[in-house]
Amino acid sequence: AENEPSWETPCTELLVYVSTPGCDGFPSLDSKESYKLSISKGSMLLSAETVWGALRGLETFSQLVGRDENGTYYINETEIVDFPRFPHRGLLLDTSRHYLPLRAILETLDVMAYNKFNVFHWHIVDDPSFPYESSTFPELSKQGAFNAMTHVYTASDVRTVIEYARLRGIRVIAEFDTPGHTLLWGPGAPGLLTPCYVGKAPSGVYGPINPIVNSTYHFVTSLFQEVSTVFPDFFLHLGGDEVDFSCWKSNPEIRAFMTEMGFGEDYKKLESFYIQRLLDIVSSLGKGYIVWQEVFDNDVKLRPDTIIHVWKENAMQYLKEMANVTRAGYRALLSAPWYLNRISYGQDWIEAYKVEPLNFEGSPEQKALVMGGEACMWGEYVDVTNLTPRLW
Amino acid sequence: RYYEYMFGHSRRRTRGRRPLAARAEPELFQLQVVIEAGDPGCDRHPQLSSSEAYRLTVTEPVAILKAYEVWGALRGLETFSQLVHEDDYGSFLVNESEIDDFPRFAHRGVLLDTSRHYLPLKSILTNLDAMAFNKFNVLHWHIVDDQSFPYQSIYFPELSDKGAYSPNLIYTPTDVRLVIEYARLRGIRVIPEFDTPGHTQSWGKGQKDLLTPCYKGRQPTGSFGPVNPVWNTTYDFMTMFFKEISSVFPDEVIHLGGDEVDFSCWKSNPEVKEFMKKQGFGSDYAKLESYYVQNILDIVSSYNKGHMVWQEVFDHKAQLKPDTVVQVWMANNYAHELSSVTGAGFTAVLSAPWYLDYISYGQDWKKYYSVEPLKFPGSEKQKKLLIGGEACLWGEFVDATNLTPRLWPRASAVGERLWSSSNVTNLQDAFKRLTNHRCRML
Repeated sequence: AENEPSWETPCTELLVYVSTPGCDGFPSLDSKESYKLSISKGSMLLSAETVWGALRGLETFSQLVGRDENGTYYINETEIVDFPRFPHRGLLLDTSRHYLPLRAILETLDVMAYNKFNVFHWHIVDDPSFPYESSTFPELSKQGAFNAMTHVYTASDVRTVIEYARLRGIRVIAEFDTPGHTLLWGPGAPGLLTPCYVGKAPSGVYGPINPIVNSTYHFVTSLFQEVSTVFPDFFLHLGGDEVDFSCWKSNPEIRAFMTEMGFGEDYKKLESFYIQRLLDIVSSLGKGYIVWQEVFDNDVKLRPDTIIHVWKENAMQYLKEMANVTRAGYRALLSAPWYLNRISYGQDWIEAYKVEPLNFEGSPEQKALVMGGEACMWGEYVDVTNLTPRLW
Repeated sequence: RYYEYMFGHSRRRTRGRRPLAARAEPELFQLQVVIEAGDPGCDRHPQLSSSEAYRLTVTEPVAILKAYEVWGALRGLETFSQLVHEDDYGSFLVNESEIDDFPRFAHRGVLLDTSRHYLPLKSILTNLDAMAFNKFNVLHWHIVDDQSFPYQSIYFPELSDKGAYSPNLIYTPTDVRLVIEYARLRGIRVIPEFDTPGHTQSWGKGQKDLLTPCYKGRQPTGSFGPVNPVWNTTYDFMTMFFKEISSVFPDEVIHLGGDEVDFSCWKSNPEVKEFMKKQGFGSDYAKLESYYVQNILDIVSSYNKGHMVWQEVFDHKAQLKPDTVVQVWMANNYAHELSSVTGAGFTAVLSAPWYLDYISYGQDWKKYYSVEPLKFPGSEKQKKLLIGGEACLWGEFVDATNLTPRLWPRASAVGERLWSSSNVTNLQDAFKRLTNHRCRML
């Protein structure tokens, strides 16, 4: 009969052609992820400039394959030319508020690949726990992890994550957030955190990293030396968010330092003092850096290639921040409207979908500075029992 | 299974084990379970009137768990399992204790919705386990609704043949028996809900001429509304259908639904309009709804079953049987509704503040925990008519991939509120215990 679909000779092969070799390398911010997919009678061709583009095309191809009622696999003739709008498409996981076993991270990387994400932002340590096993400072995780034997990421674990990610075209950007968010760095690094005072006596409570002692910078240099070699990506995320000044203010040595340096009562200047030295250290290690927006908001002197991560959300103010950051010439990443840990009833994916990252007042040159964005899954209420259904 | 719960999952195996020193401490060798009633109930199904009280005496060398009926023994066993803990050396310990316990409310339920999304048997059974850990004793199985009809009926196989999402997304008679027995062994009643006359779109797929054809002017539009209350065939069908339900589900109570009936289709249908005139209902379609509901109540009563209904049935002034249980679900001013229902002499079950499908960010368990069910204007006698409550997990956004983390441990807050005495309200203390309990449940 005329209307029967004519099943041609079955296609048995998808030819994948990559013009620039690079299978042994790591993806980067500049990687080209474009690909062409040509499906026609007799041939199926996936061509890309780099292997990273081929990975994206393979994912698309897998989505095009259908199955009919008889169980036959089929694919429609199609011509696809595809490339990403933004080069930095990331996902943040928080393994400090709750430890996430390796399998949860690897499973997340799989689903990221299904959705063409290409950056895994590993917010690996924070106030509640320090699960990263450092070879230079083993006490950090010994004293700072929820359980030093079961709730840590060994060097081998970290390597596994990096390689698993690489095979999916996903960059791993580690975040060692300082000077705030460092409470559980303290037990394994005595003298690192600022002792808070009540009147003239230390209260026994600790605050952010102590910015006025040289030992801090020795520690930071050594730690980031290690982190720079462990994590191959060019970028490190240095945090810099939500620094609570009250502990610094209470400490007499710090107050003396403030006077000495002529900072007056402006503790933002002290924060900048620390961050600037940190940025110098990290640059000298040959790494680029991403910082949370406070570092920009507090007028820290940044290198021109710094990437600013915009996260504060209240009534769409983030668009203004995007404008400010890009107007000042810095590249920007957007997360503010994509805090997926803030669950709500119903189809809230719609709100996330409606976000238009470039919907701010600015020149085309400014808008070109938006590298992309990241969906964040902060871990206060998330662990392996609910990560996957909450995130996807 | 409690042996496995207590000793099977040794958490501290990964820590270094030190050799057990010779212990001079008292040892507990045995937990004796004594059930005092002549008929302990082991072969029966739990009921609203079942006794769930127990007394637990933990002392060396033998601990004693005494209960009047087996249901109380189950509750006591759960408590005992929570008292057993492991020390750093891998030894199991339990403190000497004397516990006298019984539930504050007799009806402590969880509603699962298997129509908006099909829930595989495994999900339901896992959920029954979790319910037992929290001393819940009623599974309100909202088994069918508009979206799908997964219940495989013996008399009317077309209902699920045409109404289920797909042929393998059904509950066979064996599946249903399995759920009922699995629940029974945990002291949990299974109350099925076959919600009519609204929420019945899926029924129409397999049962022609059950739903009301909607009209536009003189022409049927092709779409259907609630169950048609004017045809005799409707009641013939319901008579057969509920005969089956009454024998399949052993609990004394069947939930008949009766919520959210949209009158617009009835209003459009000429036969229905004619009927309204004949019956003298005027234009008050609530009267038609009540006419329908009363017929169903009579049918179900003839099978010796009690009924539960959603609050609209009461609000629309249907004539209920004196032992009908009214489930209060509308969040707006539910205390007022509780007063009305109990003031009219009916028993009530509270769900309004406990719609757990309404997720929100953060520790929302606290707001469920802080509900005081008896906080409504009424006499002592009225308050006695509030027999309990149910945590509801409607299925619009829930399936097997997220049921367990969404429902638990948030529902634990409701479980404690319904079992424990009214003065157990301290949130900090509850937080500590809930965190431990959650780890235990995992």
